[in-house]
Amino acid sequence: MDANRLTAEGHARRRFLLGTASLGVVAHTPSLFAAEDAPLVASAHVERGALAPVRLQVNGRDYMLSLEPRVTLLDALREYIGLTGTKKGCDRGQCGACTVLVNDRRINACLALAIAHQGDRIRTVEGLAPHGALHAVQAAFVERDGFQCGYCTPGQICSAVAMLQEARSDTISAATQDVRQRGPIALTDAEIRERMSGNLCRCGAYVGIVAAVRDAATRST
Amino acid sequence: MTQTATSHVIGQPLDRTDGPLKTTGGARYAAEFRPAGLCHAVMVLSTIPAGRIVALDTAAPEASPGVLLVLSHRNAPSLPKHGDAAFDPPAGRVLSLLQDDDVHYNRQPIAVVVADSFEHAVAAAALVHAQYERASPALDFQRERAHAHTPKDVNHAPPDKRWGDVAAGERVAEVRVDAIYTTPMQTHNPLEPHATVADWQNGKLTVYDATQYVSGVRDALAKTLGMAADDVRVVSPFVGGGFGCKGSTWSHVVLAAMAARQVGRPVKLVVDRTQMFGPVGGRPHTRQRVALGARRDGTLTSIRHELVAQTSQIEDWTEPSAVVSRMMYACPNGATSHRLVKLNIGTPTFQRAPGEASGNFALEVAMDELAVSLHVDPVALRLRNYAEREPATGKSFSSKHLRECYAQAAERFGWSRRTGAPRSMRDGNTLVGYGMATASYPAHRMAASARAVLQPDGTFVVQSGSQDIGTGTYTVMTQVAAETLGVPPAHVHFELGDTRLPPAPVSGGSMSAASVGPAVQAACRQLRERLVSLAVADATSPVHGSPSSAVTIDDGWMIVRDNPSRRETLAAFAARHRQPLEASAEAKPGDAKERYALHSFGAVFAEVRVDPELGVIRVPRVVAAYDIGRPLNLKTARSQMQGGIVWGVGFALLEETLLELRSGRIANANLAEYHVPVNADIQSIDVLFVDHPDYAFNPLGIRGIGEIGITGVPAALANAIHHATGRRLRDLPITLDKLL
Amino acid sequence: MRAFDYVRAERIDDALTALAEGNTRCLAGGTNLLDLMKGDVEQPARLVDITHLPLAGIEPLPDGGLRIGALVPNSDLANDRRIRERYPLLAQALVSGASPQLRNMATVGGNLLQRTRCHYFVDVGFDACNKRKPGSGCTALEGPNRIHAILGASNRCIAVHPSDMCVALAALDAVVETQSRGGARRIAMHDFHRLPGTTPQRDTELRHDELVTAVTLPPSPFAEHSRYLKVRDRASYAFALVSVAAALDLDGDRVRDARIVLGGVAHKPWRARDAEHALVGHALDDATLSAAGAAATHGARPYHDNAFKVTLAQRAVVRAIREGART
Repeated sequence: MDANRLTAEGHARRRFLLGTASLGVVAHTPSLFAAEDAPLVASAHVERGALAPVRLQVNGRDYMLSLEPRVTLLDALREYIGLTGTKKGCDRGQCGACTVLVNDRRINACLALAIAHQGDRIRTVEGLAPHGALHAVQAAFVERDGFQCGYCTPGQICSAVAMLQEARSDTISAATQDVRQRGPIALTDAEIRERMSGNLCRCGAYVGIVAAVRDAATRST
Repeated sequence: MTQTATSHVIGQPLDRTDGPLKTTGGARYAAEFRPAGLCHAVMVLSTIPAGRIVALDTAAPEASPGVLLVLSHRNAPSLPKHGDAAFDPPAGRVLSLLQDDDVHYNRQPIAVVVADSFEHAVAAAALVHAQYERASPALDFQRERAHAHTPKDVNHAPPDKRWGDVAAGERVAEVRVDAIYTTPMQTHNPLEPHATVADWQNGKLTVYDATQYVSGVRDALAKTLGMAADDVRVVSPFVGGGFGCKGSTWSHVVLAAMAARQVGRPVKLVVDRTQMFGPVGGRPHTRQRVALGARRDGTLTSIRHELVAQTSQIEDWTEPSAVVSRMMYACPNGATSHRLVKLNIGTPTFQRAPGEASGNFALEVAMDELAVSLHVDPVALRLRNYAEREPATGKSFSSKHLRECYAQAAERFGWSRRTGAPRSMRDGNTLVGYGMATASYPAHRMAASARAVLQPDGTFVVQSGSQDIGTGTYTVMTQVAAETLGVPPAHVHFELGDTRLPPAPVSGGSMSAASVGPAVQAACRQLRERLVSLAVADATSPVHGSPSSAVTIDDGWMIVRDNPSRRETLAAFAARHRQPLEASAEAKPGDAKERYALHSFGAVFAEVRVDPELGVIRVPRVVAAYDIGRPLNLKTARSQMQGGIVWGVGFALLEETLLELRSGRIANANLAEYHVPVNADIQSIDVLFVDHPDYAFNPLGIRGIGEIGITGVPAALANAIHHATGRRLRDLPITLDKLL
Repeated sequence: MRAFDYVRAERIDDALTALAEGNTRCLAGGTNLLDLMKGDVEQPARLVDITHLPLAGIEPLPDGGLRIGALVPNSDLANDRRIRERYPLLAQALVSGASPQLRNMATVGGNLLQRTRCHYFVDVGFDACNKRKPGSGCTALEGPNRIHAILGASNRCIAVHPSDMCVALAALDAVVETQSRGGARRIAMHDFHRLPGTTPQRDTELRHDELVTAVTLPPSPFAEHSRYLKVRDRASYAFALVSVAAALDLDGDRVRDARIVLGGVAHKPWRARDAEHALVGHALDDATLSAAGAAATHGARPYHDNAFKVTLAQRAVVRAIREGART
């Protein structure tokens, strides 16, 4: 058998060693990781139903998980690591509540497989301000009341953090009048609205969200 | 120290007290509770609208990896009264609890699969195959309208109400408007899907639920399962939006509890987004006739408002759209009625401003049509018919300042720049339209209770079994408590969302603040009085010996009013009192409802821009002024009104739940094709409050604000579109195709 | 989601080998595939993860065109300086699609293979869908069909292709490059997507064992005068009711060459050749514009909810040409 091939039978031993069923966080200590002798990157071949060792780097911390390939990045965060700040709103890429940063780019974690994101730098809302104080975008959301129920908020905030970086890199949006222009693109309210439109807010806090992003953009430049 | 530091906390635009938790991912929603041994349940829903299940293949899912249970009508436990023991809306509804093989609507729960992981449960659920014996469904509203019936009541109001002599009023009318208005099925779609975690320990049930009504869920579960209410605890500290759909206990809540009991482990059941379109309610389609009669000077002589709406086969739930015409304008003669058409659909339910949102659209567009016929300004027409008393009852209003709303909003909006004729305003090639409408929503209040506890460090824990569904309950109740106690808001920790706390009503019908606020105020006032009387009797206190009436609490200090040097902090006081000091209170509505007509009002002005060739509609600005009593927090109140207006934009221009008429299945059961407004759909929304406390309604002078924001907006937009284009569109949503 | 074998391809050959074994889908951005797998619409036995293949570059071609690797994310493509300056039509189309998050994930290859948003295709609770279950019927013929096709449909399927990018690529005469173990192929964009006919289950000409490796763009004479116009219900984050890619090569006010391609109206990006003919050789006056608009929907056949698309498409064509000429 291919050493890199994981089968449904073969995973039983791993499961036992890792000391948990598929429900919990498996472990994240380097020693256990080494003892498990798992490869640093994805197994080249995992048979259906088998668990594969999956190492995710989230908010600067390594998590060694044992997952089926079909586990999404969103479910890996929420169900297997226990980082529930990232929300599941539609699970189909239609609401943006699951927005996280992967290598500083915003993506929908519901449409990503965890196993395909090994080696990536993943940042969630919990990792924006690790030392207690709020990130500038978080503070602006509080001050401008850019949320009500709070469920879309982690996604909005992650999206805004990435969006401000995108705008600094002079990326275009559908609100950009002339895509051929060179140089900075002014972050008008119309640009902010368009660039934040991948995050639905059913409470309708859009006025506050735009104000918060505008504030954060001004403060961080 | 300032003497008045904490005497005006209520009303201040305080940041949400739960803001840091919500912005850092620390707020915990129902699906995020994880009792030890948690397993995952997924519902299987029907794919036909009517008939019987004749065969259910559960062998494959049962053999699927990780599966612990496939619960269906074949093995589900029998429940008291066939599962209907809790019926009492809003909390208790007619549910689908696998008690028989009948199918009454498409996407009805027919099985629940429980497995050790979410992935295993989902995969196994896909293997559950039902064979049906199909019955002929009723799905075509137009066709079934012939069989409409009169419901028993509409939200505790009579279905039919007449006053004066409407036929006589029509005979003397010099101008008439008589038209049919329709609103589509809509779906709440809070961003957080319904979710329930059920955990049984020694015969007692704890449920973490996404709900607007913890005690309602407790009672519904207890009755449905045949248990004592004390053996059920419901916990819901954070709710990701509700808008009405989480005001009822739907099937999945009970099914999660049934499944957990059966597998002997805690179970989490999340309703996935597509499953939100059927078994958890929605706003029904309405067809409304509004007929207005008026004299040449605009005085209304008659008003008819007749609603026909859809409901399900299993329960009568009425969208009370015509009720708004019973209170809005001073018209001596009126006739209003509600009829229901039974279809094979999931039971509709309360959705943000049930009745008012849809009924106001019909009435306020009809008023605009009347204004056009009379060549009078739409605001002037409304002032001409301004109601000083509720027309259908003759009661005076507890507090009504709608004239100020019209004036302030019109001024801020620049209504005077409007030129009257349709298609008379342009910006380049773009058609510009200004439209307005009145907003209204009744003020409701129910009994509520609260407890306030002094902590050893001199801060307070204040509790009520209410909910914060994004409405700011945590924050505004902190403010009510802080001001009443005389301490900074930071010294109050407010707790809610747990049936172990003093009971409070549903967070629905815009009643939470007006119900819970007085209870919090009463409990805090009692505790404050108790603290003062203990301190003046306490020889070690600097305030010792003063009469209680001479001692106040301000900014966390207990102070002798006439001699402020005699004072101590509550922290110092609390440190000497080892026992927790607490007070509880219940606040009841009193007789305001019998004496007065209780309503909030507003005036909504909207500008639309219409692309004359492509029909694309944009809403650059909405200005609205509201008479909602006293706002408890200007920041959260403004947000809530803005959010309601965003809903109004969705209602007018975007939202429609599409029913496929052969299958009875909702065709756009997702957030890609069910269009809630996105950020780019919303531009400027300017909200004003005319600040007139309504002390006749409750001691805080507040009226609820959850729903009024959506009302008026659909009509204001439809009226603005008419002004822009000359097209009178009476069927919502007004999508661009209707303007081509 | 059903369980599947997961294979990580380190080399293109790994992917081709896996594809050749059948019932295999390539996982790139995942935005469409995982969505459909969650809905049980797609049930592949195996996913081959191609995200590590060296197909994420944009290279200049000797003829002055560009070769775009199949794994280039939509957002990167939209923001590539060469695309923005030389193919602004494509940049506009890309940023009008989906959301920023999805554009960061979705790839060029995946966008080409995007499947329809037809209500009855994406929901397996509807029995009848010839695209999903050949021979089962078409619910859209009678059900709500406001978003469905007006051009090129058949009585088996009236679904529309949902992509914005593909509409622009068709206007820019792009070519799709594929590989299989049998060799490489180049397929003109216009021929890549199919009309439903009697086999609506097949969206494209791609064979199951083939991998899209790149899209090439020839040098374009349209950079100065082009416009992607998307008309949709929401202001953003919504699929097109109608979209138009209008690309003009102008000689003064005369049209030397033109491409008019419609989105949201057919099972594939709909090249409106009659509209192009109405433009080429003519001055861009009102008569020419309205002739082009009318010609754009020749042969249209609307269904009960979507007759508006005929008018909308005509007017959108006029608007897109007008705005394209002005740029």
